Amino acid sequence: MTPTLAGRIQTRLFMLGTVGVVLTALIVPVLPGTHGGLAATYKSAFVMLVAVAVVGVLWELLYHLLMQFRWDKDWPTLFGLVTILPEGLVMFLLLRAGVVPGVGGKVAASTFVTMFVFVWIGVWLFSNGPMRVPFVQWRLRGGRLL
Amino acid sequence: MPTTHAHGDLTPQLIGTPVWYDQAVAAAGIPIYDAPFVSVGGGLGSFILTDVLRIQGAPASAIRVVSTSETPWQSWEYLTRVSQLPVRERIRSDAGARPDNLWGFPSYAMTEAWQDKSIALAWQVLVEPLFADFFAPRAGTVFATVRKEAERISYWNMLAQGQVRMVRRRAGGGYFTLVTPPAGTTPTKRIAIRSRYVHLAVGYPGLKYLPDLQEFRETYNDYHRVVNAYEPHEHVYEFLKTRPGVVVVRGAGIVASRVLQRLIDDRERLGLQTQIVHIFRTYVQGSHGPGVWMRRKGGDGWAYQAFTFPKSAFGGQLKAQYRNADADKRKQLSKAVGGTTTPPLRRWQGQLRRGRQGNWYHPMQAVVEKVEPTMDGRLLSHTRGDDGNRNRLVSDFVIDCTGLEADMAEHRVLDDLLRNGGARRNGAGRLAVGPNFEVLGAASGDGALYASGAATGGNHFLAVDSFMGMQTAALDIAADLAKRGFVRRLGPVRSTNQWLKWALNRSI
Repeated sequence: MTPTLAGRIQTRLFMLGTVGVVLTALIVPVLPGTHGGLAATYKSAFVMLVAVAVVGVLWELLYHLLMQFRWDKDWPTLFGLVTILPEGLVMFLLLRAGVVPGVGGKVAASTFVTMFVFVWIGVWLFSNGPMRVPFVQWRLRGGRLL
Repeated sequence: MPTTHAHGDLTPQLIGTPVWYDQAVAAAGIPIYDAPFVSVGGGLGSFILTDVLRIQGAPASAIRVVSTSETPWQSWEYLTRVSQLPVRERIRSDAGARPDNLWGFPSYAMTEAWQDKSIALAWQVLVEPLFADFFAPRAGTVFATVRKEAERISYWNMLAQGQVRMVRRRAGGGYFTLVTPPAGTTPTKRIAIRSRYVHLAVGYPGLKYLPDLQEFRETYNDYHRVVNAYEPHEHVYEFLKTRPGVVVVRGAGIVASRVLQRLIDDRERLGLQTQIVHIFRTYVQGSHGPGVWMRRKGGDGWAYQAFTFPKSAFGGQLKAQYRNADADKRKQLSKAVGGTTTPPLRRWQGQLRRGRQGNWYHPMQAVVEKVEPTMDGRLLSHTRGDDGNRNRLVSDFVIDCTGLEADMAEHRVLDDLLRNGGARRNGAGRLAVGPNFEVLGAASGDGALYASGAATGGNHFLAVDSFMGMQTAALDIAADLAKRGFVRRLGPVRSTNQWLKWALNRSI
């Protein structure tokens, strides 16, 4: 992909708001390590999704900076996959530190990893292909939708 | 009244009039046919635009493609073949740039992986360009997929054989495209197509040769030993199979890389003794560029780049920057990212390394001042290096891989458009076009004239001469035509529906 900064941020928010929401809704009922009712788990899960989006904007700023060292100003497919590691780790630490408001209680590592990996892979797969089908100009505008 | 022209041919009056009246064309005996949209060229540029227009709802009957080519890939196939890119070899193009598929999904990598049942290709596109070279499709894959798409959109029904002589504005709006059909196919020498819209995708005006090589050819009438890589030159490789020889290769782009590959493939496969002297006019020592944010890799003479421009010129940061920049900034950017480059493919790197180690590949920096024949019928190149050193090289052949482009006015239709059609040149000497690829100054009433491809370089978009560049132009032209009511908008619903039809190979 060859994103612009605006394209990165728009794509991140759009992906989490569509594919992310659908995948979260699907995975919550089968998440391991949860306690409390399904409604509470849904609430925590969607709060986490919002947190990934908000913190993600900061990550995009960093990625954009790093991309400037690349002559092609591109973001290889593999980068989109492996950035799951730093982003997942930081999000988990933020959750454990209790700085994400609205998440009730301690989130089990198994719960977090299952949801995070499932949503991440889904978003990554969708943005590396199917996204081009409804939005034909998306890849030609550096990932901008607006 | 005495006439000096045949009935149905151009008259001096028509030639001398920039805007034509229907009556004047009819009076010359030239039959007039109507079509709302005409695309001149019939190569991949025309094909890609007609594909987009058909997807956006234009019926095949509303479009005429006028061409001397029988297929959209004919000219491209010829040029790739003679420049040492047979159908099995991989071109220099991204996996997602598919002239047969506007969406670029699934990419050529996925299609080839599926066809070949090859995990390796899927793996390559996953880890490119970090742990593998960029994936690039085979030339043959492009031909085959374009053929399939041409069938699907009824391309053959839109194609009209003929040589376009000129496009003139029509009094009352729109254009006349004056065509010379193949001899004997029509009662008159010329026919005219009256249309509201015209699109020009005529490709390169022609090839230009290095001045010293041109002089050699003209002086000694020798087209055998000095060859251009874009011309058929198989005899060079055949000669080298029969006896050891020395070849001078000039140029530092993709074609030079391919010619070297062919020479070295033959050398290694058949055990030949070919010596290769490679002359770089600009010898790139290493990474280069205006600053830490813009460093292009290079070395061993070459400037390295995966595609003809940095990848983001096709649809990312550089495209946006360039589009928003003023004329001075554009010039600066285009200088920083321009120049001759080649992809640093692992296979080529290995071959050249073996050549240097084995002392049969000799890269050097020099400018060639003169080429002349020797007494025994070989070639003597007089060279001068940037360090002032003069040298004389004897070789059996010189292969010119520089690929210089001829001036736009060498193309008859473009020349006429500049003289009579209201079009003007931009700072780079190409056609000045607006953001929708509308040729500036050439509007005619409610009609519009568009262009895409090489002729539109130097405007708001760098990568015009590429599959993705032609798709970009096609989408922008079609968006403009949607505003004018000729086609529908390509919103998410139509786009998804049309993609499904593409995926199911349903005719449209």
